[in-house]
Amino acid sequence: MTDKTNITLTINGRTHAVAVEPRRTLADAIREDCGQTGTHIGCEHGVCGACTVLVDGEPVRSCLMFAVQANGKKIRTVEGLADGDTLHPMQQAFMDHHGLQCGFCTPGFLMLAVGVLEREPDMSDEDLLDVLSSNLCRCTGYQNIIKAVRAAAKEMRGK
Amino acid sequence: MTAPAKFVGRSVPRLEDRLLLLGQGRFAADINFPGQWTMRVVRSPVAHGKILSIDAHAALALPGVHAVWTHRDVAHLPPIPFRLTGLKTLEPYRQPVLANEFVRYVGEPVAVVFAENAYLAEDAADLIEVSVEERRATLLATEDPDLYEHPCEKLTTEASVLQKAYGDIDAAFRGAHAVVALELSIGRHSGVPLETRGAIARYDEARDVLELHGAAKVPHWNRDTLAQMLGRTRASVQLYEGHVGGGFGIRGEIYPEDVLVGAAALFFRKAIKWIEDRREHLIAANHSREQTHRVRAAIDAQGRILGIDDEFFHDNGAYMRTHAATVPDLAAAMLPGPYRVPAYRAVGHIRLTNKTPCGTYRAPGRYESTFVRERLLDAIATKVGVDKAEIRRRNLIGKSAMPYALGLDTLGTKIVYDSGDYSGLLDKALALADWQNLQQELHRRRQSGEKVGAGLAMFVEKSGLGPFDTVRIEVKSDGSVEVVTGVASIGQGVETAMAQICADALGVNYSDIKVIHGQTARIDKGMGAFASRVTVMCGEATRMAAAKLRDHLLLLAAELMQSKKDDLDIRDGQIVRLKSSSGPSMPLAELARQHPLTAEATFESSHMVYPYGVHIAVARVDADTGGVTVERYAIAYDVGRAVNPKLVEGQIAGGLAQGIGGALLEEFLYDDAGEPLSVTFADYLMPTAREVPELSILVTEDAPSPLNTLGLKGAGEGGANPVGAAIASAIDDALQCPGAITRLPVTPQRLKALLAVR
Repeated sequence: MTDKTNITLTINGRTHAVAVEPRRTLADAIREDCGQTGTHIGCEHGVCGACTVLVDGEPVRSCLMFAVQANGKKIRTVEGLADGDTLHPMQQAFMDHHGLQCGFCTPGFLMLAVGVLEREPDMSDEDLLDVLSSNLCRCTGYQNIIKAVRAAAKEMRGK
Repeated sequence: MTAPAKFVGRSVPRLEDRLLLLGQGRFAADINFPGQWTMRVVRSPVAHGKILSIDAHAALALPGVHAVWTHRDVAHLPPIPFRLTGLKTLEPYRQPVLANEFVRYVGEPVAVVFAENAYLAEDAADLIEVSVEERRATLLATEDPDLYEHPCEKLTTEASVLQKAYGDIDAAFRGAHAVVALELSIGRHSGVPLETRGAIARYDEARDVLELHGAAKVPHWNRDTLAQMLGRTRASVQLYEGHVGGGFGIRGEIYPEDVLVGAAALFFRKAIKWIEDRREHLIAANHSREQTHRVRAAIDAQGRILGIDDEFFHDNGAYMRTHAATVPDLAAAMLPGPYRVPAYRAVGHIRLTNKTPCGTYRAPGRYESTFVRERLLDAIATKVGVDKAEIRRRNLIGKSAMPYALGLDTLGTKIVYDSGDYSGLLDKALALADWQNLQQELHRRRQSGEKVGAGLAMFVEKSGLGPFDTVRIEVKSDGSVEVVTGVASIGQGVETAMAQICADALGVNYSDIKVIHGQTARIDKGMGAFASRVTVMCGEATRMAAAKLRDHLLLLAAELMQSKKDDLDIRDGQIVRLKSSSGPSMPLAELARQHPLTAEATFESSHMVYPYGVHIAVARVDADTGGVTVERYAIAYDVGRAVNPKLVEGQIAGGLAQGIGGALLEEFLYDDAGEPLSVTFADYLMPTAREVPELSILVTEDAPSPLNTLGLKGAGEGGANPVGAAIASAIDDALQCPGAITRLPVTPQRLKALLAVR
């Protein structure tokens, strides 16, 4: 159980060589071993989506994936969204539409929405609502998150 | 002369957002210290029993496991004291830090493991054998009281009975044209913030200071209490609030785990980190709400209320925690709501059961008693044959009766509704929801076979609890402004709101202001963030301190600028001349380099302020599944003065989602042996983006509070307060069966059962 495996996690383009137990979750490895604490852990059983990151472009609940499974894959987290001082359109839209309060679920929502819209930029509002209903937020009541994601989707299509 | 408001009243972007959006927030789990140990709690596997033995040999044999503590190791620590509404009779029911002799709910801490890391600590906790002789579990607060086993006192599960009354209730019923009686229940649910609890303690030997990180809500009270419990001076314990992933009442109270990390950090001289997992959160952090009311109203022929008589049973779980009698007290005190109730009596049985102990949850006591009162109003409407809006209008307290002394008290204050135009807001809400046309539209849809209806609920909230808040403001040598407060941030936007108020009163840009909160080392006194108090209490203290500082600045500047104080003003961080445009202005930074620029003010208040609102829900019932869809929702809420309307709306929308959870989805269930059944997010269902409807919000400022300069009232709880009531009313209408809903949450199973017997 405690034997460690050497793996390489590529997070936001930077490689991290770490040794992890097979049972270590990707979420814990990202946060504890690679020091990227923007990814949050809300339930550890794959329901709340606060820990959502992109693995090879796909939104993944990093509490449900083992770190060893992500060996060699490209991982994107909330820390990689902004371009220098310029917020990603999704981040900017969350600010403009008051799509966050405590901010704990926000990184998961940002990564979920960015991942899905990069893959499917023309997703309908209805389908987008379905996607967003896979993560939990306890502060906002969702309406402003939905508005923010729809606005960002428009912005992202325009580029 | 102060310039007109530039920031108060505007929906400026939040100062908090950027860091959070960049993933640079610093939540409890993000805090680490070199050489720290992880603490893991071993929790009772049974609901009720006598502890026979706790065997930690196997756990201690694991490499990397440092220690295991049981009650013996912490026997010198007192039980956790009460923060609010602490009745003497409740004291024997306080929770010990680790279970002493008896376990009383599944999830109760019986031992703690200290280990090298979280994975190891969990392994070790699994190896600890807790042997318990099981006893019968008490699970219903409506049952006759049982024996409550206690090492030294003879107690029953009825911890106390609280009574609140005014007027001649017996005469009201004797003279009644009719009596309406209902039995109503509210389910057990709670705030469930997305960030679980966490506490990191570290003892700094050089300074002889115990630091507690991960603090929230009431850091100063918690500092004082921890100091007392651990036998230290106040100044040698400091609490540090980082980012907080949602409050809602549950987070930031002192729990056993907070005391344990503090005691362990002192004992082992190691930083001790504890981060709760979700299962633990759902069985160990405060539950709330569960009550059953037997309520009667005496009415005249027109449906006017002559008296309300309520007997209720409050299920507080296994112990009395920091809130003591707060929730049942508020339920009883706020039940009369916006209506004229000439005579009133409430008798609340505070009962203990073998479930997770309780505390507050957003609109504590009011979500419950608003459900009861508004169900009662609907029943009265049916009894006298008038519609829901008309029955309320007949009973509302008039605008000319303000301020209105209710004749009851709560939280150490007399309830005096400070201002309000209840029927005016009802009209606005009905217009917002297009009530008349809505009725016709719903009627047409029901004719074509749909089960759809509208519900209405009204309420008075309370906010701005005192007794004080202190604020210190300083202009730094770079011209930036620091506002140091004793309140806390639980994600509600306190930094932005305080900065807006300070900016207007001082004459600077709100984005040049840094607001400090939740740091006991920065300010000696503070009341924290609860009871929708921050914007009101800290807002007024901030305005006062800023006005004082402005006077001070202008006096100093007048001398330097060879002008009269009254001829100067502060605008955008510059001291400018009002009369002659010729002279140069002076940046605040320049003045700050020459003089210390600081001012402090304290706002004291012995009365709360009372916002009020109206909710209108449209719900559709699926007769096949028993599922309820909330199609539309409208909320009108008067907050006196909205500092940042967008943030006020955000509070309302968030409250609505939680209210819908309690109305339709969320419930902590137990089996017959007291085993909790809602231990994951697959069992405890919270609303997602799919369940929360589009919402029309009308924030009004018709009745500014006369009790503070800006007219502020709190906005934190009005989104949640009457949601259960409004949705129940809408479901009744959808089923065309008045009074059908008597219990929350209205789950599909319950609704199907209801439809089957009809």
